Amino acid sequence: MKKEFTPRITSFLCKWCTYTGADLAGTARLQYPVSIIPIQVMCSSRVDPVFLIKAFLSGSDGVLIGGCHPGDCHYETGNYHARRRFAIVKSVFESLGLESDRLKLSWISASEGPKFARVANEYTEEIMKLGENPTRKSIFL
Amino acid sequence: MSSITIDTSASRKVRELLQFLLESGKIDAALTMRKIPENNSYDLGLITDAANLDEAVPIIPVMTVNAGQVLSSISTSGKKIAAVLKPCELRAFVELVKREQGSFENLLTISHTCGGVFSLDLVVAEKIEELLPKYEKIISKGEVPINTRDTCRACEHFIPMNADITVSVAGECESGKGCVMYLNTDKAEEFTEGFESERGELKFDPSALQKMLDTRLAEKEKLFASMTASGPGLDRLLDTFGKCVGCHGCNSVCPICYCLLCDFESANFDYNLPYFEEHLSRRGALRLPPDTIFFHLGRLTHMSFSCVGCGMCSDVCPVGIPVAAVFKKTGEKTAALFDYVPGRDVEESIPVMVYKEEELSDLG
Repeated sequence: MKKEFTPRITSFLCKWCTYTGADLAGTARLQYPVSIIPIQVMCSSRVDPVFLIKAFLSGSDGVLIGGCHPGDCHYETGNYHARRRFAIVKSVFESLGLESDRLKLSWISASEGPKFARVANEYTEEIMKLGENPTRKSIFL
Repeated sequence: MSSITIDTSASRKVRELLQFLLESGKIDAALTMRKIPENNSYDLGLITDAANLDEAVPIIPVMTVNAGQVLSSISTSGKKIAAVLKPCELRAFVELVKREQGSFENLLTISHTCGGVFSLDLVVAEKIEELLPKYEKIISKGEVPINTRDTCRACEHFIPMNADITVSVAGECESGKGCVMYLNTDKAEEFTEGFESERGELKFDPSALQKMLDTRLAEKEKLFASMTASGPGLDRLLDTFGKCVGCHGCNSVCPICYCLLCDFESANFDYNLPYFEEHLSRRGALRLPPDTIFFHLGRLTHMSFSCVGCGMCSDVCPVGIPVAAVFKKTGEKTAALFDYVPGRDVEESIPVMVYKEEELSDLG
């Protein structure tokens, strides 16, 4: 029997909003796929562009950054900076013809457990359509 | 603002100006290209004694190092320095000043309209003086010399931005006006006071260089199109960067990459046994040294929006990766996201240091 493809989505989640939102999804017993591999960061702006690239080149099928909604950052402006950096990485991917759909930024607050579950489900489905990241097996990276 | 008519070659006139500035004590040092008498080659020199200016060739299409990078370490010395910079070197320096790696305070910047520089291979292999007449003839017609760097041929910023003094070299010398030195700032007027020369009130007219701009823009289209030829995706990435030997030469000559401890040379990239085990268990083989492609992608995201396209990186690459062309193409896109032009204005913050509340709303 062919093993079904389970994507691996490396997810950098801000401690104050999205990570707490994910916790809320858990305590509310909302279902979301096992594909999400959470990594807690203090702020979405802690995510250096090279984190995304490393995750991508190491074979993550998707990379997600979760942060507070604009204006709600625990450190006031962190997510605005994160957004600019994310835009830069996305643009670099597009210029080089890499699959920029494998990168996602999402604003999910601590009270948005259902939104977290929804984003996790939808993004996993999107990644399933894209299939396995070819970087996973490439030895020349 | 006034102008100085140049009755001799532009390079000689600038040398005379440097001589005057040094002898009158208006500056302590001059940064200029210079001929190496021993071996017929050129290098960048910092000169404090006017007697040593005899070898200076301020305007020459050779770039052995991006002078903006060199200037960053000496501009804060408190000494007054006159620096002759190519437009991209000046832009690189502006980018460094934004990063608090230099200062304009004690600096007089002299720049010129630029026809592009010869690739370093050529500088090493040929006698530059023999190439110069043809080069000058080509740029005076607004055409693009093929033996210059690929990013020079595709560069649309060949008119200096923010220079105290602009020397017209490309284009204008042939248009009847003759070469002219334009004094753009009060600082320039002040420094040149007492310099014996024929003054005028000429204004710099970029329209004389329209043909050169059009040619270069067409060259840029061609260069960028050639880079997508091998198709999209991972294969193209491997095709472009696959030859990288991981020497980090592109990083060390890059004027924008100023970090004293680059992430890619830090302990984060000390590979240990668990690293190899983890990768080998997944892939069954591993390319060494690891992370060469990661390095380029990392640099692209860290500084491509500030890339001035000077072409040093391509020129030093031992395996011929078109680093500069990739950075120029990618950098134009990342800079355009924020309506940014590297080196345009020293007051403008680099895109990753500022933000707007209402922007990029399609993300997140």
